[in-house]
Parts: sequence; structure tokens; C-alpha cells
Amino acid sequence: VILVLVEPDLEGHALEVSLEALTFARHLSAEGGDVPVDAVVVGEVSDELGKELAAYGVRTVHQVTGEGVAAFSGAGWASAILTVREAAKSVVVMAAGTDRGNELIAHVAARAGVAMAANVLSFSGLSPFVVTRQVVGGAALEEMKLDERPAVFTLAGHAVAAAPAEAPGPAELVTHAPEIAAVDLVARVVSVEQPAAEATGDLTKARVVVGAGRGAGGPDGFRDLIELTELLGASLGVSRVVTSAGWRPHHEQVGQTGSRISP
Amino acid sequence: MSAVNVLVCVKRVPDSSSEVVLTDDAQGVDGRYAGFTMSPHEECAVELAVQVTAASGGEATVLSLGDADAVEQLRSALAVGCTAATLITAESQRFGPADVAREIAAVVRDHEAEGRSHDLVLLGNDAADSGDFQVGIRLAYELGRPVVNGASVVEVQDGVVLAKSEGPEGMETYRVPLPAVVTIREGGVEPRYPSVPGRMKAKKVAVEERTPTAEPQGPKRVRLLLPPPVPSSVQVLGKGADAAPAVVDVLEELGVLR
Repeated sequence: VILVLVEPDLEGHALEVSLEALTFARHLSAEGGDVPVDAVVVGEVSDELGKELAAYGVRTVHQVTGEGVAAFSGAGWASAILTVREAAKSVVVMAAGTDRGNELIAHVAARAGVAMAANVLSFSGLSPFVVTRQVVGGAALEEMKLDERPAVFTLAGHAVAAAPAEAPGPAELVTHAPEIAAVDLVARVVSVEQPAAEATGDLTKARVVVGAGRGAGGPDGFRDLIELTELLGASLGVSRVVTSAGWRPHHEQVGQTGSRISP
Repeated sequence: MSAVNVLVCVKRVPDSSSEVVLTDDAQGVDGRYAGFTMSPHEECAVELAVQVTAASGGEATVLSLGDADAVEQLRSALAVGCTAATLITAESQRFGPADVAREIAAVVRDHEAEGRSHDLVLLGNDAADSGDFQVGIRLAYELGRPVVNGASVVEVQDGVVLAKSEGPEGMETYRVPLPAVVTIREGGVEPRYPSVPGRMKAKKVAVEERTPTAEPQGPKRVRLLLPPPVPSSVQVLGKGADAAPAVVDVLEELGVLR
């Protein structure tokens, strides 16, 4: 079984990058002789999300609920994912390479005592399982061997285009409510500040990005760009110069120390 | 407030702002032409280490695993306010993330046995060259400590770390009792520039040198390669409002409009 962590957006739909991860998992499954692809979701799975996962060929949807996962904790959520991994007997655990995805998969790898490959673009061969991934902020690639089980990795954003399965999967819903150890809940989110009114989108999840740099001239130079961004339903992505100058917030930065937006 | 001692971990990496060149064995990036630096995430981690220790009267120790040249990065951190430095002399490209985490944990434990505790360990969110996104998390498990990932704001009050990290729904706050590990993402603080007296003082600090505690398992790297160059060409679509239809055509062709 290939287990894919699926992250829902605020409206309860699967993130585009999670659908890409499911698509990649199906390619892997086909290569490995039609290994089933399961999804794990932390939180309630809405009806729409269940339908999306079925369309992407998912066999079983593992929904993790309970007090222990109500607020985010890297260690707590990873322990829940590993409970599901045990139940599903998966040989691969993967996620989209979002901030959450990379964090959780790193916890999963550390707990399972195996290597982790971040930001994978493709695989070549199953025995040994060799992946190609982004390093040096995407300026170079690394071929890396994942010869332990489970094979644990995240997929770089837009490494593959999301495509529904030819035949939908049953997407049978199974609920897990694992007990989370107190030690895994010490580093847990205690509060969330809503972002400022002017939301310019999450870059790692965006399908279209409007890019801007020093040429904008100053903080006021972004007004038209933000309007264009809104009209296109895009996200704004800026260079390091722009954030260093304080013209725009850091979460809009593209590149090595900002968000990686395309292979 | 009681003194908080901080260990901040940095990595000497090739500057990747210009063209990336690989070493002949394709196992690493050749920094001979571009020069070496540390990741902006780590520069912010150093700044936070200095702020936290200055506020509480603690010691900020900087650590690196690398060859003898990595002393340059340790001295940069000493020049902006770190007070002690440790170098684990090793060929960093032979060390995978689990190896590095194990070696940092050994330093933390040994220092503690010598009476120098590191209440808070700060690292960058990921290494600028190997892009692993995991050393800090593995270190936390090695030490049996809680970890906050990707924080840009870190303060310590009464033995509790307050860390803020950008999450999918907004800025997330963690309150974690010491001892703890926090990995840092750029954006919450402005790293300071070293002063001349700072640089002079940094030169005089004796760097503790150590050797690895075990043979590395390695990064499971087969080889590095460079992506094919992205073809680029410039086409002027027109001037002013007359260019609009051509721009729309291009946006449709790219799938930006649909």
C-alpha cells in the first residue's frame, strides 16, 4: 500500500498539490504492479473531499479524529499517521512538499528510523527505489536511494500535473482515533492569528503566480500587481530584494529561503 | 529571569546565488568559484540566539559540522554576539541528516555533562545545499525534546519558549517548556552586521574542535546533477494599450487565463 497524506484547504477540498501527490502515487502503483493507494487525512473528511479522493483512485480514506489531533503538533500528527501506516501496512508514506508536508514527513521518518527525501520530482526504478529531488533551492538535482521500508518522501509542487484516475476508487472511509502520547503534544499550536485582510494566496499551492521584484520601485508599486493577482485568481510572488527592503511580507518570497513554486 | 543558554547550528554552504557548479565526483556543489556562506535561515537563527541570550544573560554557542574552513562561518556568528564555538571536523557531504543530528546531540550531551547546558537549540529550517528539511526534527528525537518547526519569532520567558510559525490558517503560536529545539525560517528578525570590535573579539575566541562519534551512514546520495537550462527568449508584444490583445493571447496560451 502507498499511503498519501492529503491536506484539505480551508473549504475542505483537497489541495491541488495533494491531488498531484495522489497522481504521482498512482504512477508509482502502476510501476509496482497496482499496489493500492490509500489517503490519510487528519480531521473530518467532508463529502466533497471523499468524492475527490474517489476520483483520484483512492482505495481507502483513513480519517484521523480525536482530541489528540484537534490542534496541530508535528509529533502528535506524525504518530497518528504512523498508526494508520501500521493498519494499512503501507510500504510508502508520502505527502506534498508543503511546509506541513515536509514537517510531518520528517517526523514520520525520524520516528520510523528511516531516511526521508524532500521535494521529489520523479522516480527511476523500484529495486532499488531511486528518486530524483530538488536540492540547492532547485538549482541542482539529487538522485537518492530510498532502500528502507517504509520509503518516506515529499513531492515537490507541480512535479506532475494532477489528473483523476481512469477508473475511480472505492474511497472507503475508515476512522482512526488514536491515543496520542502526552510527550508528543508538548509542541502544539496554542493559538492562530488570522492573516491580515489583504491575503495574497499561498505560493506553494498556487496554480498561477504573478512575480515581481525590485522593478516595482517601492511598497506602493504593488497596488496594480495585487489587483492583477486578484483578477487572475493567482498568488503574488516576490524576490528576496523586495522582502529584505520590507516592501512585502516574507511569506510572499519565492526562492531558496522563500517558497519553491515550480520544479 | 534565569539565564538561557542557546546552541545555534550553522552549515558552511556554497553560495548558490550565481551559477551552481558540481564537484568532479558529482557528490557535492563546488563552491571554489562562488564562495561560501551560511543560509539566511541560519543567519536569522544566530540573530535570535544572540537576542535570547542577551535578554537573559546566557551563553550563545555556535556549532558547525564541516571541514576546517567552516571556522569562517563560526567566526561570523561570534562576530555578531555568540560567545563560544564548536567545530565537529568532518567531511559534511558524507553525513546524512540522521548522522548530523546524532553528532549535534552528542555535543549537547557532552557539554551538559561538563556543566554547560544548552536549554534551547536553534537550527535553520533546512540546509541551503542539501535541502533536507529534517535535521532539527531528528535532533529533537535524539535528545527527547519537543521541537517547533519553521518559526520566525522566538522569545523565552520564565523557562518557556514562545515561537511563532506561519501555518496554513495564519500565524501559529507555540508555548513550549525548555529544554527545546526550534528550527528557524527567515523573515522574523533582521540579522545584525558585525561591528569592528565584534570582529576583533571573534578572532580571539578559541574554537572547541571535536571529531565525529561514529562513522556516518551517509546521505543515500547516488549523485548530483544539474537540471537542463531553461530556454529563455524575449519577445516584445507591443506598447501601451495596443499590446493588450497579444498579452491576453499569451496568458491564454500559458493557461494563466482559462
